[in-house]
Amino acid sequence: MVDTSVTLSGLRLDNPVIPASGAFGFGAEFAKLYDLNILGALAFKGTTVEPRFGNPTPRIAEAPMGMINSVGLQNPGLEAVINEELPKLSEVFHKPLVANISGFSAEEYAACAKALGKLPQVGIIEVNISCPNVHGGGMSFGVDSKLAATVTREVKAVTTKPVYIKLSPNVTDITEIATACEEAGADGLSLINTLSAMRIDLKTRKPVLANTFGGLSGPAIFPVALRMVYQVYEAVSIPIIGMGGVSSAEDVIEMMLAGASAVQIGAANLRNPFACADIIRELPRAMEKYGINRLEDIIGGAHR
Amino acid sequence: MEKMLLKVTENVKIAKNIYRMRLAGEGKAKPGQFVNIMLGGLFLRRPISVCDAAEGEFTIIYKVVGRGTELLATYPTGKVLDVLTGLGNGYDINLDIMRPLLVGGGVGSPPLYLLAKRLFELGKTPRVVLGFNTASEIILENEFRDLGLEVNITTIDGSRGTRGFVTDAIGCLSGVEGAKEGFAGAVEGAEGTGDFDYVFACGPEAMLRAVYDATQVDGQFSFEERMGCGFGACMGCSCKTRYGYKRICTEGPVLKRGEIIW
Ligand SMILES: Cc1cc2nc3c(=O)[nH]c(=O)nc-3n(C[C@H](O)[C@H](O)[C@H](O)COP(=O)(O)OP(=O)(O)OC[C@H]3O[C@@H](n4cnc5c(N)ncnc54)[C@H](O)[C@@H]3O)c2cc1C
Ligand SMILES: Cc1cc2nc3c(=O)[nH]c(=O)nc-3n(C[C@H](O)[C@H](O)[C@H](O)COP(=O)(O)O)c2cc1C
Ligand code: FES
Repeated sequence: MVDTSVTLSGLRLDNPVIPASGAFGFGAEFAKLYDLNILGALAFKGTTVEPRFGNPTPRIAEAPMGMINSVGLQNPGLEAVINEELPKLSEVFHKPLVANISGFSAEEYAACAKALGKLPQVGIIEVNISCPNVHGGGMSFGVDSKLAATVTREVKAVTTKPVYIKLSPNVTDITEIATACEEAGADGLSLINTLSAMRIDLKTRKPVLANTFGGLSGPAIFPVALRMVYQVYEAVSIPIIGMGGVSSAEDVIEMMLAGASAVQIGAANLRNPFACADIIRELPRAMEKYGINRLEDIIGGAHR
Repeated sequence: MEKMLLKVTENVKIAKNIYRMRLAGEGKAKPGQFVNIMLGGLFLRRPISVCDAAEGEFTIIYKVVGRGTELLATYPTGKVLDVLTGLGNGYDINLDIMRPLLVGGGVGSPPLYLLAKRLFELGKTPRVVLGFNTASEIILENEFRDLGLEVNITTIDGSRGTRGFVTDAIGCLSGVEGAKEGFAGAVEGAEGTGDFDYVFACGPEAMLRAVYDATQVDGQFSFEERMGCGFGACMGCSCKTRYGYKRICTEGPVLKRGEIIW
């Protein structure tokens, strides 16, 4: 028997597979399809203090080997997440939650972190400083190392739970932001969020998305994500949750060889609602195929 | 929702750029529900309404409008498709109504066929108004007639049936934005089409709006939106309603008249 378990900031996960924020809602749709407790952990939809509708539609576009979304952080707001969504989720899911939070000010991030950090279900606070969809919001924190550090400190100050900063790939040098977050006290890093992208409809000659720009995800971004995880792994010594286009057990192994301690799966769940279950089932077989006994042993194994 | 592997048993052209596909598989679907089909080489699935569901078979009717539907049209019989089935809320048919009116626009007409069958089973005889751009795009006219239903066809260019929009056939022109005057009288067999107590509609949003404005009775309207997943996970398809935000793929595609915000 191979060992698929991994550890994130002292948190033991049975396997490194975590559905990514925004592609799994609050789990309800998937709980009807399979037992969610096979997952390593679960990252729920990005939560803000106030309820948000998000951007106008259309907010989804096809892309070669991927998709572009401009959902714009639609969520029911902190109070409804705590009082309605998470109690429902706790009935079907008993593993750690990754609480993905967003905000338009450092105070808003802190308010979300404080409230969600108190919940015993929450294992990790994941701070989305990178969502490229919201004007004047996430983007500015994610592309500026000083702002990223400020948010990290504010969130660290209000919770005892491990704080992972989720980085934007839409920057000149991702290691600069990563280092700033580590210095500001981040317990770990999640990367990458979606890449800023667009499509144009040839018939109307106008952008497909009502918001013009959205975020690219899916297999198209896997090699980019892999490169960034590899680079950040060399720059920091805190654990990394790798994501971006992961769609198979082989991708999980590749991402971990680049330096990820765990892996998140986003867009793949939308195309194949059983993606996480399939990957978890295939993982031991893929490990055997590549001669891996303990998955944890391969983290960063690709570095020279 | 169920993820199924369904074999194509028929894929034929039935009108200009419009195809009918039959898929072998346990045909459980409520009228107004849709399936979401994975297509080789494309990332996102494509949502298509269920036109008919019988023992062991689904029928869908689709129009070729872009890469996905172009690809779908090339699939030979025998090909196995990865399909998510039983998506969406579907039409609510447990209603105290006598004479429903079904209004379909173009490839919005297919889901009304299964609906008509189910209403018929409940002892209700719906009237049917189907609107198309032109005669060569007409679909399902005979199929509805074969159910024993009265069908009014409209075409925008007047090449068949009533010239104009479905609202011209409904014969309630008052308040319809942009409706041409004088067509009410020109509607073939229009007498009595006003005699309905409920509306079920599916078609382009402009048509839905016109039907909404042209009718006073209660009804249900089926909407479309670009979808990321089709089963409620991505929030790609949200819309605002009088009762909060809803996902077209899950709390829709059918919205009740009273909840719609245009
Ligand atoms: C619930 C639902 C039921 C549907 N039922 C049917 C049906 O029974 N028959 C049928 O022919 N079509 C139906 N559609 C529309 C169908 O999904 C689109 O025409 C199809 O996805 C287009 O894919 P494509 O790759 O060919 O076109 P693309 O290249 O993706 O786009 C071409 C054009 O199609 C339109 N389009 C693309 N995706 C969608 C979408 N998800 N919804 C609406 N319009 C879209 C866009 O306006 C675009 O300009 C339905 C859509 C929904 C949401
Ligand atoms: C529809 C959709 C919604 C998303 N919403 C969020 C979000 O609310 N918060 C967040 O941090 N990331 C969000 N993401 C980004 C994903 O969590 C992930 O970082 C990114 O999509 C790359 O992974 P993937 O290629 O596996 O999808 C979203 C992605 C998608 C496709
Ligand atoms: S299409 Fe994903 S939630 Fe409706």
